[in-house]
Amino acid sequence: MGAFGHYLTGHFATLRLEFWALFVGGLANGVLYGMVAVGYTLVYGVLRLINFAHSEIFMSGGFAGYFVMKALVGTAVPSGFASVGLIVVGILVGGVVGAVMATLVERVAYRPLRRRRAPALAYLISAIGASYFLYNMAGKEFGRVPISMPQPYINHPIFHIFGAPVQMYYVIILLAGAVMFLTLDRVVAKTKLGRSIRAVAQDAETASLMGVNIDRTIVLTFIVGGALGGAAGFLFGMGTGVSNTMGFVPALKAFTAAVLGGIGNLRGAMIGGFLLGIVESLSVVFVQAAYMDVVAFGILVAVLLFRPTGILGERLGRAA
Amino acid sequence: MKRIFASAHVKRLFSALAALAILELMTGPPGSALTPTAGFTGSFGEASSFFGIFRTQRWVVFLFLALAMYAIWSAWLMWGTQVRAATAKAVSVPRAASRTRPVRWGMAVAVLAVALLLPHLITDPFWQAAMVEQIAVYVLLALGLNVVVGFAGLLDLGFVAFYAIGAYTTAWVTGALPTAAPFGIHFNNFYAIPIAIALAMGSGIILGAPTLRLRGDYLAIVTLGFGEIITIFANNLYGITGGSQGTNTIPHFSLHVGPIKYLWGLTPVPYYYLTIVFVILFIAGFKLLEHSRVGRAWTAIREDEVAAESVGINPLKYKVMAFAIGASTAGFAGVVTASQSNTIFPSSFTLQFSINILVLVIFGGMGSITGVVLGAIVIQTGSMYLLHTPPAGYQPQDLYIYLGALLVVMMIFRPAGLVPSRRRHREIGLAEKGEGHMNEVLTGDTP
Repeated sequence: MGAFGHYLTGHFATLRLEFWALFVGGLANGVLYGMVAVGYTLVYGVLRLINFAHSEIFMSGGFAGYFVMKALVGTAVPSGFASVGLIVVGILVGGVVGAVMATLVERVAYRPLRRRRAPALAYLISAIGASYFLYNMAGKEFGRVPISMPQPYINHPIFHIFGAPVQMYYVIILLAGAVMFLTLDRVVAKTKLGRSIRAVAQDAETASLMGVNIDRTIVLTFIVGGALGGAAGFLFGMGTGVSNTMGFVPALKAFTAAVLGGIGNLRGAMIGGFLLGIVESLSVVFVQAAYMDVVAFGILVAVLLFRPTGILGERLGRAA
Repeated sequence: MKRIFASAHVKRLFSALAALAILELMTGPPGSALTPTAGFTGSFGEASSFFGIFRTQRWVVFLFLALAMYAIWSAWLMWGTQVRAATAKAVSVPRAASRTRPVRWGMAVAVLAVALLLPHLITDPFWQAAMVEQIAVYVLLALGLNVVVGFAGLLDLGFVAFYAIGAYTTAWVTGALPTAAPFGIHFNNFYAIPIAIALAMGSGIILGAPTLRLRGDYLAIVTLGFGEIITIFANNLYGITGGSQGTNTIPHFSLHVGPIKYLWGLTPVPYYYLTIVFVILFIAGFKLLEHSRVGRAWTAIREDEVAAESVGINPLKYKVMAFAIGASTAGFAGVVTASQSNTIFPSSFTLQFSINILVLVIFGGMGSITGVVLGAIVIQTGSMYLLHTPPAGYQPQDLYIYLGALLVVMMIFRPAGLVPSRRRHREIGLAEKGEGHMNEVLTGDTP
């Protein structure tokens, strides 16, 4: 056992001590990544392109949640049923604003290009422009410094798993994520909307011959993805605060999660999110916290190198 | 009710109102988290001078301009084709003349003469500095990104990373970093050029080779991430890069060849001439490249990768080549900036920077060297003008709002740019007719 061996043993000892605390935190982050990743994957499924403006949809949900919490909570310390109600309201408002933003982005930055059958590069550039415009505009209107959100609940350990405390914040995220993922999974698998999204993803031309309205389906896809992204923005902002650039890093990681799970694959995006969140959280034992973003980026490059289709494979338009 | 909203006139009026409302917000006063509505109410409620004629509320201006836009738009839909035909006829003779060789060379010489005389015509120190730091260097950067985006059709959003590599290499080679200079020798800045180019090119190949196999948008996001990663490293590797403080001891360029001794100092004019020389070299090089075997291969890949592959072109090889050439140009620009300013620190290498360069290329015209140079000059002069003499309520960061909006507007109305590359213009036209393989995106207009 040389020096490196000692380094590893030392770190593995820390890992054993901290494992469950890091695991829970990572899983909660992973749920948020998964919620954003679903937006990437859905839009990729129908349009075959990456919606670069998704990070700003996430941000808009964060700001919407912030303003609602500021109005409803203020300086009070709510608890019990009031907390539950406030969080549900925050999620709904974040989701609605996210969906509206996603629709606007589709309308302004994508639809005119679709009408002209623009080349794929044009969509990417237009989406980058929209993203850049939105986060700088938010900076102008709401300031460019991070602000913390009034807390609609009291953050304290709810229970312990293997001695690691599980904070209220994580419980909220895990519950909200579970409800949203299950709903989404069923919506895409069972409803008419889900069928039309899957049909367009599989073969747009045939779908339109079968009476699926492509334009409407695309808008609805943006709305579903935007709603989840906006809700995730609120949940993220509740813990970390909101700012005009809050979307950048989480969105990059969510994209990594979507690729990790297999882009276009709904369940893949969720699982990719969980995995990325956990791995990234555990990596803190081995590298400095400042390099956590580098770990996620390393994972992205590694996946693209060795398995570009992701863990579950690209599966466009299947019922997950 | 539904019929009213479906009417083309109502749609047009609504679009005009929406566009002008956004414009009002963009140019309006800022708000803050404590006063989130201040920006919105101020954008419409504040008094403003109406073309200097009389002062009125901003919303009056807004309504007037929206109606004007609606009127012009309607007129354009009615008579646009005639106007376009007439202008095409009017410019056909001068345009044909401008394509002949003597006229083109004459123009080039005239432009060069103006460029060389410029520092003597403009003596304002702000503009002299801006001409080097913000215009000439950005022309260089735009030329480099044009190889990636314009020639090869790849989207690189982490261009700043290679620029940073160039700048940090200069600091390293000249001994300005905490880490020791190579062989313990403090080299002259000119030696930094080949090393920076090689390092930037190498990192471009390392980053590009795995990702360029994949879809174009993966490259965009990987480069976006790479740009951030480089900043994280520059910020945290204190022992090597000097951390967030960076360094401010990079020497200037100097020349010691036999009897000739020259030191580029603090005044911008010598740097201007030095940069102009580099710009001319790069323009000449890229012009040759564009029409060489490599340039034709890029065009072929861009237009139809499958067809290009079937005639024996290795797409990956040429894509990596374009990416590496772009990266090395950015690295080179990094050397020039680092030497000129003597200072580098991580917070100057931001995403904003990469997007700024992208805007220059898109605005000027992807793939058109003339267009890109012109685009860089126009946009950078404009942004410097806004910085120098800001209109009421303008904050420096507002520039990014305009640049983002410009990207979307260009893609909607003029995707080939201000001075379109003829080839590129035709390609986009063909793609819009459904020919070629540039189009992977669902258009939604199937019956």
